[in-house]
Amino acid sequence: MLKVEEQQPVQFSSALVEKFEEIVKRYPEGKQKSALLPILHEVQAELGWLSPNAMDKVAEYLRIAPIEVYEVASFYSMYFLKPQGKYVLEVCRTGPCCLVGAEKLMGHIEKSLGVKENEVTPDGLFSWRGVECLAACGYGPVLQIGPEYTFYENLNEQKVDDLIQDLRKK
Amino acid sequence: MSRKLLLEHINVPGIHTLDVYRQKGGYRSVEKALKTLTPDEVVEEVKKSGLRGRGGAGFPTGMKWSFLAKPDGVARYLVCNADESEPGTFKDRYLMTHIPHALIEGMIVSSFALGAKTSFIYVRGEMMPQIRILERAIAEAKNAGFLGKNILGSGYDLELYVQPGGGAYICGEETALLESLEGKRGNPRIKPPFPAIAGLYGCPTVVNNVESIAAVVPIINDGGDEYAKVGIGRSTGTKLISASGNLVRPGVYEIELGLPVEEFIYSDEWCGGIANGKRLKATVAGGSSVPVLPANLSLKLANGEPRLMSYESLSEGGFATGTMMGSGGFIAFDEDQCMVRNTWNFSRFYHHESCGQCSPCREGTGWMEKVLHRIEYGHGKMSDIDLLVDVAKKIEGNTICPLGDAAAWPVASAIRHFRDEFEWHVKNPQLSLDTNYGLANYAEPIAKAVSTEN
Repeated sequence: MLKVEEQQPVQFSSALVEKFEEIVKRYPEGKQKSALLPILHEVQAELGWLSPNAMDKVAEYLRIAPIEVYEVASFYSMYFLKPQGKYVLEVCRTGPCCLVGAEKLMGHIEKSLGVKENEVTPDGLFSWRGVECLAACGYGPVLQIGPEYTFYENLNEQKVDDLIQDLRKK
Repeated sequence: MSRKLLLEHINVPGIHTLDVYRQKGGYRSVEKALKTLTPDEVVEEVKKSGLRGRGGAGFPTGMKWSFLAKPDGVARYLVCNADESEPGTFKDRYLMTHIPHALIEGMIVSSFALGAKTSFIYVRGEMMPQIRILERAIAEAKNAGFLGKNILGSGYDLELYVQPGGGAYICGEETALLESLEGKRGNPRIKPPFPAIAGLYGCPTVVNNVESIAAVVPIINDGGDEYAKVGIGRSTGTKLISASGNLVRPGVYEIELGLPVEEFIYSDEWCGGIANGKRLKATVAGGSSVPVLPANLSLKLANGEPRLMSYESLSEGGFATGTMMGSGGFIAFDEDQCMVRNTWNFSRFYHHESCGQCSPCREGTGWMEKVLHRIEYGHGKMSDIDLLVDVAKKIEGNTICPLGDAAAWPVASAIRHFRDEFEWHVKNPQLSLDTNYGLANYAEPIAKAVSTEN
């Protein structure tokens, strides 16, 4: 499946390219590479993940080598280098959240969705993963869902079940 | 009631909007600084205030500003570090969510003091809602003439932008943050040169934490001397403390520096005590990177005096009996918590977040995580405990940036204060196994794999 997607050509929408232009204007002349992280966020929000073709197109747009995009995209944890579920549930698994039940909650999500961490449900709707500190330690356990990165705080099993049900209905 | 300098109006409806923020006295410091003070006079006020960097290092902000090189014809930059990712720390997110104009006002005054014509707020990418809030607030401020060309007719120009990160704790280190802002991997730079000489795009740059920049507002409004009267000793002013863990009321609090730790934990004005009627076992005072302290040393100094929430009191006794203020990320552990499991959890965090540039950090954090994991899951050996101390010692001080120290200190301090708990896990392997929480592939197979390594 990954190979098929990789071979698909990528065409950025004109609205997306307009956003790119807006972003590049923030930086001094010749420093357009600074736009790389924000642009990758925009591309991922539109396409769901960063395929090699999409990264090549970003490199072309910013007039930098493709490897400069790959090395950045693979360094940061927010960029997906393979297709994900439509909704990626990212659960904070760091100390303070674990003190108030994050690990148990991850076990529950694994059971509810029936897939292991970083796997996609057969209907393509969900994937889930544990992520490191989301800076909401006082309201744990927490999870976030991109591309808006909406936070769901003070979670328990019932609240997660309700959230999954709501997303299924969307 | 403790004095509030940053969060006084936090509960006023609509305080995130420019109109309400101004009704409560917002943007007075911009008018005062740009119309009545020179940039050097603003720096002088910040020096007089005694403000220390609120991101974790605690370096005097005014002094940091005065190091900025000012060569003719070269741009200077102010970059706000809003890459808040330290476990236990969530104060900057709270401030940006509820009172974004406090940060923007501080950015304008600070940029004026430093002679920056373009400034950036580097926000961790996961905080997309906060990024949108800041962008809306910046647009409001610009429409009202507080940003852009010739601000308030003063002749001073400033553009302010928000830059999203990509999800990497290391980008909270100032030189890694600058690399990231230049569109690269967040690998810390070797210092010197310091950013004050060669920072963003090789130009003189100051990087300050969100809370430090927001604190410039009351400093300019009331004067540095007035600010210095709040707090205790060289810990002047107020501090945002983000409290988490097993507390009755976790959350973000603004305290006057010098508040006794015991009062902060147990008073109804603050955290209201330990949740579920349990007893306090340990605390981490300043975010996961600072040494953990057992309950007795959390509340009292070695000489029996009360420990205070101040830079000096928290570090009293060095690492033998003290800790650090750090970012103000206060985590409380109740008597049921397993210190081995917690130390493993923090270790996994630092292993995951190491940029991989320095061998001691890249390799050492991985080894610490693995060894802690096998102890926690009942495969440990008694010699593992000293092995951990040894690995931690070999990381500390041997890396380009402080992430190595941040990874080593929680491990070294947990063994220093809770060695008996580590030994218990080694002696009772069958009892250590019941903490797997039903995660089929999450942890147990790793334990089996490492247990055969030596």
